[in-house]
Amino acid sequence: MQKLRDIVVRVEERDDPDPVINHSNALPIMHEVLHGLKRLHEKGETTTIDLRSIPFGPGDEEALLRQLGCGEISIELQSLGKSTICETLYPGVWVIDHYNAEGERIALNIEINRVPEIVQSQPEDISDSIIRLNRQLNSENFAC
Amino acid sequence: MAEELKRIGKTLGESLRERGVSRRGFLKFCSATASLMALPPAMAPAIAASLEKAKRPSVIWLSFQECTGCTESLTRSHSPSVENLIFDHISLDYHHTLQVASGAAAEAAREAAMHENEGQYIVVVDGSIPLGNPGYSAIAGISNLQMLEETVAGAAAVVAVGTCAAFGGLPQASPNPTGAVSVSDIVKDKPVVNVSGCPPIPTVITGVLAHFLTFGSLPELDSLGRPMVFFGKSIHDRCYRRPFYDKGLFAETFDDEGARKGWCLYRLGCKGPMTYNACATTKWNQGASWPVESGHGCLGCSEPNFWDAGGFYNALSIPDSDITRQAAYVAGAGVALGAAAGAINRNKQSKAASAHETVTIDDLDKQS
Repeated sequence: MQKLRDIVVRVEERDDPDPVINHSNALPIMHEVLHGLKRLHEKGETTTIDLRSIPFGPGDEEALLRQLGCGEISIELQSLGKSTICETLYPGVWVIDHYNAEGERIALNIEINRVPEIVQSQPEDISDSIIRLNRQLNSENFAC
Repeated sequence: MAEELKRIGKTLGESLRERGVSRRGFLKFCSATASLMALPPAMAPAIAASLEKAKRPSVIWLSFQECTGCTESLTRSHSPSVENLIFDHISLDYHHTLQVASGAAAEAAREAAMHENEGQYIVVVDGSIPLGNPGYSAIAGISNLQMLEETVAGAAAVVAVGTCAAFGGLPQASPNPTGAVSVSDIVKDKPVVNVSGCPPIPTVITGVLAHFLTFGSLPELDSLGRPMVFFGKSIHDRCYRRPFYDKGLFAETFDDEGARKGWCLYRLGCKGPMTYNACATTKWNQGASWPVESGHGCLGCSEPNFWDAGGFYNALSIPDSDITRQAAYVAGAGVALGAAAGAINRNKQSKAASAHETVTIDDLDKQS
């Protein structure tokens, strides 16, 4: 049986050290985004695409996000970890990137909507705001 | 917090609000949970409505003939925000690898959980059950078979985690010295979910538990008892290298031009066409990569009898020239093609299994 030290280790220089392999898996998602935009424009229907459910190869996700680019609005949400919400170069198309408290990604979605659902103040939180603000205004220690 | 929740009996929505999590944070949690359960993002509001009212289920985890790889997979998983919140809301009342108690005290905890949650608790099993000498595998002097039978008697459902529990796995590999069988070979009167894999993908394990927590029911299952959302499509059908397969571009060795260019690994023994699992989308290690992306073919670890299905580096038994030819005829219907290759292989394997014979290398040789 061959011993470990008998195995010759040879380092080869690669002619093409960083070959760009195009798996073309971003293209169908771009078409899906286009269909989603049409539905939003014509019928007001929103669409959400879970990018973690797409069988991307190396570089596909980066290629898709590069194609979508960054538009005029960027929002940061701090709740159970950071989330970034960016409108892309195509108004109505948003990239929503959720992280946990340890900075690990837990969801990456494209939402096609006028304003992403998670950006809007939620009725439960508004109700809680009324209670808290009312309590504060009626507090003996309150002063403006 | 777990004990506090158990005592007070709060719902998940209530406990999150008490921890200062806003509704917006809760929606983020639900969005991540939908992704975890491989459900469409549009399901997030329904998940929110259900989780808001979710009560805390008791889970009893039994480990039999196993290597602890399944528990390692789960505990090394990295989505703490989601999974910790899920696990905060599950009462893991017995897990002899993780719990502090041992011996009689541990068994007392199991019996107490069974008694207090009669008819409502979940039993998670990793490892196969030996039907030979009971001494092959016993816990606190109780044989695996006896412990399984008495624990599942009052359970709502059973989750068989890992290929050993789901299908017998390595302990059942020929010549099966312990007479190992799967959970579903023993449990016939309770719903059994098979979460196969060696080990299973951690988010698939938590995804199934999250589904039960969220909806109070088990997910839709395939013919082998596996959740359709994770096991509904073959590795081959979801593989990012599939376009190369369809073009007839294959790596012939692990260091040739095709390997460097990321071509299809079919000829190097990839079992993707016959294997149903979520690796191609869920991936491993925080979504960093998965075997095929790392340049190695799929071993088929989530399928029955994968240890006895010939060599890992022998190509499947469909002559590739025929596949390439068929691919030309059925361009655009590649999914069916992969399924056909899988079905043919499964037939061979099931025939071999029923005859207690292994699939030979000749059976699997692409030239045969």
